[in-house]
Amino acid sequence: MIVTNDVTKSYGASCVVDGVSLELPQGGITSIIGPNGAGKSTLLSMVSRLMAMDKGTVTVGGLDISRTASDELARRLSILRQDNHMTARLTVRDLVSFGRYPHSKGRLTLEDKDHIERAIGYLDLGALSDRFLDELSGGQRQRAFVAMVLCQDTDYLLLDEPLNNLDMKHAMGMMKLLRRAADELGKTVVLVLHDINFASWYSDHIVAMKQGRVAAQGDVASIIRPEVLGAIYEMEIKVHEIGGQKISIYYG
Amino acid sequence: MSGQSLAEAPARAFSRPAIVLLVLLALALVSTGLFMTLGAKGSWSFVLSFRGKKLLSLVLVAYSVAVSTVLFQTVTNNRILTPSIMGFDALYVLLKTAVVFFLGIGALVAIDSQLQFLIEVVAMAGFSILLFRWLFLGEERSLHLLVLVGIVFGIFFRSLSQLMQRMLDPGAFNVLQDTLFASFATTDPTLLGISTLVVVLASAYGFRMMHTYDVLSLGRAQAINLGVDYRRTVMTILVLVAVLVSVSTALVGPVTFFGLLVATLAHSLVGNSRHRYVLPAAVLLAIICLVGGQTLLERVFAFDTALSIIIEFLGGIVFIALVLRRSAR
Repeated sequence: MIVTNDVTKSYGASCVVDGVSLELPQGGITSIIGPNGAGKSTLLSMVSRLMAMDKGTVTVGGLDISRTASDELARRLSILRQDNHMTARLTVRDLVSFGRYPHSKGRLTLEDKDHIERAIGYLDLGALSDRFLDELSGGQRQRAFVAMVLCQDTDYLLLDEPLNNLDMKHAMGMMKLLRRAADELGKTVVLVLHDINFASWYSDHIVAMKQGRVAAQGDVASIIRPEVLGAIYEMEIKVHEIGGQKISIYYG
Repeated sequence: MSGQSLAEAPARAFSRPAIVLLVLLALALVSTGLFMTLGAKGSWSFVLSFRGKKLLSLVLVAYSVAVSTVLFQTVTNNRILTPSIMGFDALYVLLKTAVVFFLGIGALVAIDSQLQFLIEVVAMAGFSILLFRWLFLGEERSLHLLVLVGIVFGIFFRSLSQLMQRMLDPGAFNVLQDTLFASFATTDPTLLGISTLVVVLASAYGFRMMHTYDVLSLGRAQAINLGVDYRRTVMTILVLVAVLVSVSTALVGPVTFFGLLVATLAHSLVGNSRHRYVLPAAVLLAIICLVGGQTLLERVFAFDTALSIIIEFLGGIVFIALVLRRSAR
């Protein structure tokens, strides 16, 4: 379980995340949705210790993230951000093997190699595994980074807009993969998503943020409703039920 | 497309980094061999010990500059900035000048030069932590801001040293000048022993972090995600860099673009950012440049002091090319 208590972050006078207290359930997929500037990515960065909080506490699986050693946390929780600029020139397999660093500190065991091959296979990167990252398309690179955090084999998987750069086919593939990671491997997956239909289709739990606060949270049926979404995004959103799934229509 | 992948396949089967390292090692051995033997007249024992000292100092400088630049670029996640562009070596000159200025030339002469060097190394490490921690820790900053701050720092340190040097009396200035500006042709032999010791100790410490360097090259966010204690590790590496810069500056004086030249060449020749390939490649390239270049100039062209000018010229061109390519993107 991930628990945040009164987490706050401000830049100068503007408060980006304003006293957020949340309990994200163990297991399954939780999606964080909300308009631009709602503080979704900032909250995720603070939960994953990439950014310092001004106030508040976060515990992940009972560990206080500001008091636990970083390498201990790296075996429990992994984070992938949307922007992964780096100067290093590495092959896909090199990158994925970095996922084992928290466990083996660079000296790969047979078990590590097993994890690496499995992660490469999961993301369908076998044919690309010896290519350099700078030779790949944005979507392929994104999949390589997801393979890396999957290879890290943590109980908690935090992903900031993992569908960025992905076409429809790969976006669906990514969400199915995360669904499998939650269902078969028992991972707790937390996502920041912009596409509310993907959130509706694949999540167990949705947190909606607005202006640095939690505007609403609950299961899909309680959040994907015209009046709730309309208030969060300040626009008219129709929700239709198609094949048992709630689909939002907001194109005009 | 298929032609390209066919052409690339055999190169990978033979492992490009290994080939590059072997070729560089051979070239480095040839240039040190020539440096020691070419044009030698008279007693071999004298020639070998005389040139051996020079060779050792050139190798120390090559090693310090190459390793400090590669590590600094890894820590700051960029390929344009180097410790000398950020003013590390100007800081060393400033420290030394300040000692003479405030304590008088007596201080420089009275203290044993090796002890003095150790004190300077410690002061360098301390000052660079104070100065650069706010730049490189905390939130990520834009590269352009860093370049700008670095150049301003460098100019500030240099102008401050120049100001103090102008206010010194001519005698003190002479002694100071003598300790500061050696060149590749005339290095300072009194510091060889202590420099070697410092470099070996720093390397032994730094070698244990070989895998961490690779993780850091993924950038701050990924390094933290993978459990690297980011603040502590970055500060440790910046201290190592400051120590190595002190060694090379004490031996041959400041060289601005040499590190950039060898680090850039090493990265593009090896084609893979793993530090176990890039670090030795950069060191070997630096040795080839300094030892081979010095041999060529001294023995073939009979020039004495031009090597630093040529290296700075080439390195400066690389710097401009990198800045232009970055801004074109």
